[in-house]
Amino acid sequence: MSLSESKLLQAYRKMRQIRAFEDRVHDEFATGEIPGFVHLYAGEEASAVGFCMHLNDEDRIASTHRGHGHCIAKGVEINGMMSEIYGRRNGTCAGKGGSMHIADLEKGMMGANGIVGAGPPLICGAGLAAKFRKNGAVAIAFVGDGGSNQGTTLESLNLATVWNLPCIFVAENNGYAESTGSKWSVSCENIADRAAAFGMPGVVVDGHDFFAVYEVAGEAIKRAREGGGPTLIECKLNRYYGHFEGDAQTYRGVDEVKKVKESKDCLMLFSKRVTEQGLLTQAQLDAIDKEVAAEIEASVEHAKSSAKPTAADLMTDVYVSYP
Amino acid sequence: MARELTFKDAINEALAQEMARDETVIAMGEDNVGGMGAEGEIDAWGGVLGVTKGLHAKVGDRIMDTPITESAFIGAAAGAAACGMRPVAELMFIDFMGVCFDQIFNQAAKFKYMFGGKAETPLVVRTMIGAGLRAASQHSQCLYPIFTHIPGLKVVIPSTPYDAKGLMIQSIRDNDPVIFCEHKSLYGLKGEVPEGSYAIPFNEANVVREGGDVTVVAIGMMVHKALEAATALAKEGIQCEVIDPRTTSPLDLDTIIESVENTGRLVVVDESNPRCSMAADISAQVTEQAFSSLKGPVRMVTAPHCPPPFSDVLEDLYIPSPEKIAEAVRTLK
Repeated sequence: MSLSESKLLQAYRKMRQIRAFEDRVHDEFATGEIPGFVHLYAGEEASAVGFCMHLNDEDRIASTHRGHGHCIAKGVEINGMMSEIYGRRNGTCAGKGGSMHIADLEKGMMGANGIVGAGPPLICGAGLAAKFRKNGAVAIAFVGDGGSNQGTTLESLNLATVWNLPCIFVAENNGYAESTGSKWSVSCENIADRAAAFGMPGVVVDGHDFFAVYEVAGEAIKRAREGGGPTLIECKLNRYYGHFEGDAQTYRGVDEVKKVKESKDCLMLFSKRVTEQGLLTQAQLDAIDKEVAAEIEASVEHAKSSAKPTAADLMTDVYVSYP
Repeated sequence: MARELTFKDAINEALAQEMARDETVIAMGEDNVGGMGAEGEIDAWGGVLGVTKGLHAKVGDRIMDTPITESAFIGAAAGAAACGMRPVAELMFIDFMGVCFDQIFNQAAKFKYMFGGKAETPLVVRTMIGAGLRAASQHSQCLYPIFTHIPGLKVVIPSTPYDAKGLMIQSIRDNDPVIFCEHKSLYGLKGEVPEGSYAIPFNEANVVREGGDVTVVAIGMMVHKALEAATALAKEGIQCEVIDPRTTSPLDLDTIIESVENTGRLVVVDESNPRCSMAADISAQVTEQAFSSLKGPVRMVTAPHCPPPFSDVLEDLYIPSPEKIAEAVRTLK
C-alpha cells in the first residue's frame, strides 16, 4: 500500500483537526460555556480517518454519541460543528441537534446518534439505497464496544449478509462502554469474531495505527463496492477522555491513559513512521499543526460570537409540510 | 356500475400504481413476497394476509422479503428514505412496535428537526391494527395514539377502500414519515374505488353522515360501528353527524369543531385503550377550544383499560359496540 504525499498530508491534517477540536472542546467545556452532554473522540482518530479517507460524498457513514471525529473525517465543516456544539443558529444543525446529533447528509454523514447501536440499521438502508441507485456507494456504521452488544447491531449484520449490502460495520473497541469494561461486557475475545456467525469476514486491527486501519478499510470497502458484501472490522483503540465530559474516570487504571499516549498515540505513531521513512518532513507536520491550531481557535471565536436560535426557530423543520 | 374493490386490494393497487410511477418506491417486510429460500412458489404469501400479493410479478426485486428483524429493516427503511428512496416498510402488526420503536420515533421522526431541516425521510410504515379476529393481546391493539404523540410522524387510519387507496398514495408521495394503520377487520370490506390514481390530502376529515343533534367522531373500524349506531338512533329521532378524521396527525380539528358548534354535543369513539387515547385527545382539544358551544360533557367510547382478550365473549365486550355508542349519545339528549 502506498499513499501519495498529498494523501499522507490529508490524513495527518484530519487526525490533527480531530485531536485539536476535541482537546479544545474539553477545555471549553470545563469553563461551563458548552451546554449538554459531550463525548470526545480524542485517541481514536486513526479509525475515523483510516476509513473515511477511502470515501466520497456519495458514501454514507453513521456515527455514535462519540461522533465529532467521524464528522470531521467525513468532511463536515469545522466552524459549523463548533457552532452546533455551542448551540448557535449557524451550527451544522441550526443549533437543534448539538454534539450528539451532528449530521450533514450532503457530505454523506448520517448523524452522530444519541442511541447506542442505532446506526447499523440506518446504514443497511444507506447500503440498500446505493444498491438500488447503482451509484457504487458504500455505507459504514461505526459503533463502539457497547453498541456491538445491541440487538440492532447484530440484526443488521444478519440483514446485511442476507441482502448482500455494500456495508462495513466498524466496532471501535475503546475498552469501555461508559464505565463498563469490554473485557466484561463482550462475550467473546474479539468483537470481530462474531462476523463468522453472520457469514461475513471479520478483521481485528490496531486502531492506533492509521496505516493498518487504512489498509484493512480499503480492502473491505473495495469488496463492498464490487458487490462482495459486508465486513465487520474491530478497531482496538483507546479514548483519552471520559465517557462524557465530567466523567471522573475512577474506573480506569492508574496512568492507563498516560501509558497509551506515550506508547501508541496515533498521531505520534504516524509522525514517527512518515518522518523515519522520509515520506514527510517534521516541518510539514509542524506547519499543519500550526494551521490547525489557528483554525480551531478561529472556530471557537466564530461560535462564541454567533447568534443563538430565536423563538421563531422552535417550531420549524419538525415536518416537511404540516398544516 | 362503479368498480368495487376490497380494502386490501385497494391498498395493493395503490402500491402497484405508485411503484410503477416512481422507481424510488420500494416495499419490504416479512413475507411481503413469501417463499424465499424455499422450494415452492415465489410470491407464495404476498404478506401474511395477502395485501402485497402479486406485486412481485409487477415490480420484481423492488418488493423485498426481510428476515424477522424489525429493528434492522424498519431502520433500514428509514436510512434508505434519508438516502433518496421512498420505502414502504411493513410492520406486520402494530403490536410489534416494541421491537423497533427506536428506529421510528428517535430516528426517522427526528432526522429533519435534529439535523436542522436538512434531512427528509419519506418513509411509510404500513401496519395492521385492531381487534376482532380473536388474535389476542399481542396482535390486536390500536396503538396509533402512541405514534400520534410523536412530533415528526404523520398517522393515517383509513376506514374505507376508497380512502385506503387515496391515503396510501398520499402517504407514499408525502415527504415526512407516515404510519399507515390498516384495520385487519376491514381487509375484506368492499367499496367503490376508482381505477385511476388519486391522492387524498392529509388533514381533511370526512363527514360520513350529516346530522344536527350530536357529533360523533370515530376512527378506523369505529366509523362503521358509529354509522350503525347513527342508523339506530335516527329511528329514535336523534340525528348524528359522524366524522372520520382519517388522519390523527395532522388532525383536522376545524371540521370537528365546526360540527360541535352546530350540535353542541360530542361523542368520540376510539378502539384504543382510554388513557392518552385519541378520544381523550380530541375531547381535550374540543373542550379547550369550543367549550362555550358544548351543551354537556364530551363522552368517550373506547376499549377498556385492559389488553385485548382472546375469548370471543371477552373480545366482544372489549371492542366498542354500536350499542355502547348509542348509549353514550342518548346520555347527551
